[in-house]
Amino acid sequence: MIEFRGLRKAFNGRVVLDGFTLDVLDGETMVVIGFSGAGKSVALKHVVGLLHPDAGDVIVDGRPVSELDRPALTALRHDIGYVFQFAALFDSMTVAENVALGLVRRGLGEEVIAERVAEALALVDLTGTDTKLPAELSGGMRKRVGIARAIALKPRYILYDEPTTGLDPVTSAVMDRLMVRTREHLGVTGVVVTHDMRSAYTVGDRIAMLYEGRVRAVGTVDQIRHSNDPVVRQFIEGRPE
Amino acid sequence: MEEAGRFGQFLADLARAVPEVSTWRKQALVQMRRIGVDSLPVALFIAAFTGVVIAIQASYTFRGTVPLYVVGTATGKSMMLEFGPVLTGLALAGRVGASLAAELGTMRVTEQVDALETLAYDPQAYLVVPRVLAGTIMVPLVVALGIVTGIVTGWLTSLILLDLSTAEFVKGLKLLYQFKDTWFGLLKSASFGFTITLVGCVVGLSTWGGAEGVGRSTTRAVVISAMLILVLDAFWAVVLL
Repeated sequence: MIEFRGLRKAFNGRVVLDGFTLDVLDGETMVVIGFSGAGKSVALKHVVGLLHPDAGDVIVDGRPVSELDRPALTALRHDIGYVFQFAALFDSMTVAENVALGLVRRGLGEEVIAERVAEALALVDLTGTDTKLPAELSGGMRKRVGIARAIALKPRYILYDEPTTGLDPVTSAVMDRLMVRTREHLGVTGVVVTHDMRSAYTVGDRIAMLYEGRVRAVGTVDQIRHSNDPVVRQFIEGRPE
Repeated sequence: MEEAGRFGQFLADLARAVPEVSTWRKQALVQMRRIGVDSLPVALFIAAFTGVVIAIQASYTFRGTVPLYVVGTATGKSMMLEFGPVLTGLALAGRVGASLAAELGTMRVTEQVDALETLAYDPQAYLVVPRVLAGTIMVPLVVALGIVTGIVTGWLTSLILLDLSTAEFVKGLKLLYQFKDTWFGLLKSASFGFTITLVGCVVGLSTWGGAEGVGRSTTRAVVISAMLILVLDAFWAVVLL
């Protein structure tokens, strides 16, 4: 279980998160929606200790992330896969090396690593791309490699940062299907940060809206879809005012 | 003050990462080739012409006043104590320092460094230690080859243009030689290698602001490294000579 507890974070005096509190239950996919710059990605980065909160904390399976020492943080990161907005693949490595990197760190044998890489690439429909470099892939393929890199670790949690941003509708639908497939195959708990409502409705068990640094509304997909909150309605309908 | 604190923390993190040999061992070999072997052409090119110029200028200065075999003395002493280490250091501040700052800066702004952390790697152990180690070990080796090259081209110049015999040149070379000349130049070079790579890593990893930020970091790394090389040059002269 991931618990965001009163998370507060400011950059150069600008408060981005201001008491953000949310529970992500085991086995569910929680989608966090919100306007651009609302702090969705900032919240996500606190889960793996990439950012340190000014106040509050994120608690993962009872472990307060900001209080963990380096070995404990490393152990936590072994449980979490992170899919970056622009994939964040290592330019100088092939697709297979990118996917294998986290497995090498875990000290697995070469055969096991090769097996896991092949399995992960098959799950994202990228079998046969092992020797390609990231520069040779399309944006959608790069994001799928990013997912493969995360799922190859067989994590308990996967965090997706804007997985469909910048993709055409068909490729976005492919990404959505992959996220659903990943949950069904691996049974992982997921947190998806997005402002793509179609994606949110497809992959989410529950949706939380982040607004002015805290949760404005949280509920099942149907509850959010039929919410009467004017801010939520404005966002999901994409109205300028 | 804040900058100094951050730099102190960086050094402390670097020291903490050194024992993680399994993380940096393979990368160190790659960096030794990139920083050392790949720098040889530019370093030897500079050293070759420096040797020619020193021999001719020494001949111009001493002709008619002292025996001309001191051309060998001037070439050897100048290459070992000053021109070999400093000119190579300045050239590598441009080649290696800029390359490191651009590489790590790009990795920072494209979230590749964050991705490394989420895969449970310590960026200090995976990125910084192998580069700094490679710089500290390889720059003195490159300088040593540069010194030999400069002395050889100085000797050839003496033979071809200055009507000096090999015996005279060698006599001059040996005249005021002390073993300290050798270790002083190499020690100085090691400190330059350490500084160039450390500055490249510190500046690169603190990059922000996209492509413009990477450009800014690259320039900063070269300027800071070049200035520190000159400061260190004076420091070693005051302390050891």
